[in-house]
Amino acid sequence: MNNENKDVLLAPIHLKNPITLYVLGICSALAVTSKLEPAFVMSGALTFVLVSSNFIISLLRNKIPGSIRVITQLTIIASLVIVTDQILKAYLFDVSKQLSVFVGLIVTNCIVMGRAEAFAMGNPPVKSALDGLGNSIGYAAILIIVAFFRELLGSGKLMDVQVLGDWYQPNGLMVMSPGAFFLIGLIIWAQRSFSQELNENE
Amino acid sequence: MELINIFIQSAFIENMALAFFLGMCSFLAVSKKVETAVGLGAAVVFVLGITTPLNNLIYENLLREGGLSWLLGAEKAVEINLEFLTVIAFIATIAATVQIVEMAIDKFSPALYGALGVFLPLIAVNCAILGGSLFMVQREYDVAESTVYGLGAGFGFMLAIVALAAIREKMKYSNVPASLRGLGITFITTGLMAMGFIIFGGIKL
Repeated sequence: MNNENKDVLLAPIHLKNPITLYVLGICSALAVTSKLEPAFVMSGALTFVLVSSNFIISLLRNKIPGSIRVITQLTIIASLVIVTDQILKAYLFDVSKQLSVFVGLIVTNCIVMGRAEAFAMGNPPVKSALDGLGNSIGYAAILIIVAFFRELLGSGKLMDVQVLGDWYQPNGLMVMSPGAFFLIGLIIWAQRSFSQELNENE
Repeated sequence: MELINIFIQSAFIENMALAFFLGMCSFLAVSKKVETAVGLGAAVVFVLGITTPLNNLIYENLLREGGLSWLLGAEKAVEINLEFLTVIAFIATIAATVQIVEMAIDKFSPALYGALGVFLPLIAVNCAILGGSLFMVQREYDVAESTVYGLGAGFGFMLAIVALAAIREKMKYSNVPASLRGLGITFITTGLMAMGFIIFGGIKL
């Protein structure tokens, strides 16, 4: 693998992370992270949709007319999401109940649209698929970190197995929405303290 | 009474942005100034108020199991279930509605277009809009209920984004740690706002 491709694949994990730097795909990142299991499933679903949508849109990039490209992209993405949703309903029904509308909402997940528009429309298929994979990993990393802390602190469990003993008083705030906001805020703080060049000057 | 209840519930208790995290991308990106936040908020109310009942009609009369009975008769229609097309039908409706609304406003009210115009295309891919329609299906609302739900959810979103923009305008004057500036502190502010909104939980009329 040459350097350029490696960069395309690895940059979105830290320095160009879609969630903490580009504010893309926040909705689902916050909503499905009250436990680890749905976070893993959601990451898997998004990886599938993003890699295939980037690949397909990139294949068609010279054929899609500019004026209707948004609706074309949406149709491709929506079809992939329907496939994912049906598979989850068939094989992982409980988790798909927990994820409720959020699988359907992958359609409007800004990461998918954003990468289609910003990358897949101007790059060859394999490179676009790599970009999709890199961004999915960046997304999954944040999702799993957030879900890990929310489940651990919010209910003392990991993957539904009790890990903290009776002495631990579960912190209900972590399971509710404010906990998710605080955690992502803190992750952004930690990440930017680690790599100062990412700081914003507002 | 039931309708007022749905409005209160969707606007405050189950706030789109703060409780369900929907529409977060634009929520965080367009909340730097109160003026633009009001514009985006108004556009969301408008589009949610139109698309939720519209999608309700489409779902009830075309997609639902047995929904085609007005066309084929009750017996044949029972065998037809197009629910797997829900997502794609909804997103197409939303994208088309936004386009039509944009053209209509441009023609009939240039002043309103000036205020909402730039935000309308953004809204087609705002998860709050699609989320509104998907929640409407999940909760089995009828047309009247989904109209009220759409307007209530939009109002709640507008309230939250305007409040956040007002806080961010004031925050320019405070000394935030360098690495927390921008996105980081915005998240923490939103978290505090979400905590505030939890107070509304349990209100029932």
